[in-house]
Amino acid sequence: MTYLFFSYFKDLVGREVTVELKNDLAIRGTLHSVDQYLNIKLENTRVVDQDKYPHMLSVRNCFIRGSVVRYVQLPPDGVDIELLHDATRREARGG
Amino acid sequence: MTVKSGARVLPDVFGRFLTLSRIVALKILLKPLVYSLCTKGRTGMATEEDSAVKEPLDLIRLSLDERIYVKLRSDRELRGKLHAYDQHLNMILGDVEEIVTTVEIDDETYEEIVRTTRRTVPFLFVRGDGVILVSPPLRTA
Repeated sequence: MTYLFFSYFKDLVGREVTVELKNDLAIRGTLHSVDQYLNIKLENTRVVDQDKYPHMLSVRNCFIRGSVVRYVQLPPDGVDIELLHDATRREARGG
Repeated sequence: MTVKSGARVLPDVFGRFLTLSRIVALKILLKPLVYSLCTKGRTGMATEEDSAVKEPLDLIRLSLDERIYVKLRSDRELRGKLHAYDQHLNMILGDVEEIVTTVEIDDETYEEIVRTTRRTVPFLFVRGDGVILVSPPLRTA
């Protein structure tokens, strides 16, 4: 079990992210929490393409199973590149 | 009669159990030793030749902080700078260009119309289960 992305997402709690799912649905919201499977809980959510998915209009917070995630768009200032490089190298050695 | 033979069998079984447990105990004791020997060999070599490609993931390790090409399921391609990855091929890419290829069939001529949609994203986490291939940057170009 590796914790690289788990810890990274934990540091991102409270920030705005856009989660794109494998069914092309994109949900923007505040990252509330994350677990070891990279399941994600979002708050104050809104669907990016509301015309295409009007049935999600009333959903204000949601749990997203990690396995249905395709991408997560990250806030540009929420990425410490040096930290990520170091963590990745450590992980490559140990794993 | 039956009691006697039973009494003779009992210590025998007990003795076997003892030797068995001794072997198990020995194995448990030896395990960390063998383990540490293995890892010692590995780390020793890693310091000597840090840039050597010994397993497929090493190729990706060497692409860290370089622009890579990623082919994904559902006809998606990404080009971006690799900032992080793990053994699942979860990745964080920077300055990403995504190309989505869609094929439509013309209603009248039944010809296939290939369309590509491009977009750029500053920073993107990519879940590893969608990854088909990862290619290091073209050094010849």
